[in-house]
Amino acid sequence: MSVTDIASLSEARPKGDSLWMDGLKRLARNRMAVLGVVIIIFFILVAVFADQLAPKSYEAQVLADNNAAPQWVIDMFPVMTSKADGGYVTVSNDYILGADDLGRDILSRIIYGTRISLAVAFVGPILALIIGLVMGLIAGYFGGIVDNIIMRVVDIFYAFPTLLIIILMMAYFRGSFNESSSQGTFGYALYMADRSMGGMLFIFIGIALTSWVGLARLTRGEALSARQREYVIAARSIGSKERGIMFRHVLPNILGPLIVAETLTIPTYIRYEAFLSFIGLGVNRPTPSWGSMISDGSRAIASYPHQAIFPAIALFLIMFAFNFLGDGLRDALDPRMRGVE
Amino acid sequence: MGKYIVRRLLWLVLVLFVVSAITFIMMRLVPGGPFNTERGVPPAIIANLERRYNLDAPLIEQYVDYVAGLALPRITDSSFRRSVAEDYLINIPLDFLGEGTALRWMNFGPSLTRRSQTVTAIISDTLPVSMQLGTAALLVGVLIGVPLGIFAALRRNTWGDFVGMGVAILGVSVPAIILGPILQYVFGVGLGWLPVTGWGSFAQVIMPAFALGFAQSALIARLTRASLLQVLNEDYIRTARAKGLHNRTVIIVHALKNALIPVVTVLGPLAAALLTGTFVVEIIFGIPGLGKFFVNSIINRDYTIIMGTVLLYAAVLVFANLIVDIVYAWIDPRIRYT
Repeated sequence: MSVTDIASLSEARPKGDSLWMDGLKRLARNRMAVLGVVIIIFFILVAVFADQLAPKSYEAQVLADNNAAPQWVIDMFPVMTSKADGGYVTVSNDYILGADDLGRDILSRIIYGTRISLAVAFVGPILALIIGLVMGLIAGYFGGIVDNIIMRVVDIFYAFPTLLIIILMMAYFRGSFNESSSQGTFGYALYMADRSMGGMLFIFIGIALTSWVGLARLTRGEALSARQREYVIAARSIGSKERGIMFRHVLPNILGPLIVAETLTIPTYIRYEAFLSFIGLGVNRPTPSWGSMISDGSRAIASYPHQAIFPAIALFLIMFAFNFLGDGLRDALDPRMRGVE
Repeated sequence: MGKYIVRRLLWLVLVLFVVSAITFIMMRLVPGGPFNTERGVPPAIIANLERRYNLDAPLIEQYVDYVAGLALPRITDSSFRRSVAEDYLINIPLDFLGEGTALRWMNFGPSLTRRSQTVTAIISDTLPVSMQLGTAALLVGVLIGVPLGIFAALRRNTWGDFVGMGVAILGVSVPAIILGPILQYVFGVGLGWLPVTGWGSFAQVIMPAFALGFAQSALIARLTRASLLQVLNEDYIRTARAKGLHNRTVIIVHALKNALIPVVTVLGPLAAALLTGTFVVEIIFGIPGLGKFFVNSIINRDYTIIMGTVLLYAAVLVFANLIVDIVYAWIDPRIRYT
């Protein structure tokens, strides 16, 4: 065999994909996951171009048009009868999805509400991932007393019903850091930052402080089992430093399942925000959130069902999309699930 | 095993202490109190009310008083009269020590905003409602989830499987906050089959239970499917088939029994989640459960209701987890705790 033959042999070797490319390709073949991605991209575009897309202002109140609905909405919900037919609904085709009880355009509020739900969907997992990953890695890799302390904290957090502690925190944040905080203090700075974000900062903090726990537990478990693997022993035998092993070898190997777990939790964060806004501890009014819209609308469900149903459909679509994406990611990235399914 | 349970129980007590301390600190850090209403009560009256409920005492003293009243059981004789200050959730009569003597435990204290009521009375009024709702929702979850999971697993990779799992993902995506108003509109307002809100009759249970349980049924269905598929690959299933057993016998007797183990073990945390999850549904459907009281008490700064609810839920949660761990070891002999 000549030298050139050997060279061509090495070229003929099939090109291997990295683990991540492999996963992405598998994801692209999953039709439902692709549909999820499409819906999410659609909502991202809506959120980014809300100013251009919204036909009206989300806060301007036209009291003459309160509870107005266009003809097609009235046709869609048989309980609604227009004033022309002897009913109670003001017909106004100015509003594509109708107006709420203060005469604000529902479509515009849904469009702006996308920003809130998406912000929670992306910031929540990132914060949880950062805190949980660091905590879990430290606990799992170093073990001993550090592990014990961190895991006991995790246990205590597990005993707290998550929704209850978030509600408590929100009450604390909203009650302590408000316009009565004296200027120049940390509390005042927090309040101003929160106000400029329409009330989202405290929601982020509340979610971050509670959601790292599950991830820390998962990371610890993964790190513990990774520590026993051959590649860690090999790395140690060639003299790598412990910190290097942790970040360069262990972390990339356990990241897949963690990302999958966190993607599957995104709908939960969206639900938390919707719920907080539903009970009035979420975003500041008049910032529109789908949760607060459902809350306001469900009070008038018997007469003006469109006020609750439309935001509920939007919330459903985004949760559906993230669930499909999470599911697809798990099938594509989590090697242990491959054999089972 | 016995030692393990004792250790877990001790840990449980410690956890509840920490939870109570954190809750106490957090709610006291929030400005405003239960008596600062919008009506503008004169400061002198507020001061009197605070003295009446001992809210002017040092915080540590208040905390110790509260925990002592709640955690320490006491034996009281017939001279004990139920009062706003002393109302115990658990009363075990000890008549052999004298008429009216009883072991009394768990005094949640007086409610600060509903002056004539004790938290114990509120809890014993509202907790059963939340528990009925949670149980009904759990039933919905199991009765829909398990059959759906079995169906999907047996028709693996066919249309039946895709539809079944599609329904499951749909279920996870419609939490009560979405499903509630939609059900209310379709079955309550539109079709008029069921009452839109309220609590008491069987018809009023159906929609809330479904709104709460549907998401859980989706989780159960997915778990049942995955677990059954795994079991169907085991050697003993092949053996049973090789023996010539009827397919139905193999699935029901051999496969299902083992496949449902993981399902049983999630029921504990699921039940706890359902109990704490009820308050969304309670608000939407106007059900007088504990969750609704909790949300109101946060807004009104009713300290004793907040504490009572958080501790109760936390206790349910840790107990559920403990029971699951024990059941797990009991079902699966490979698991041994030391």
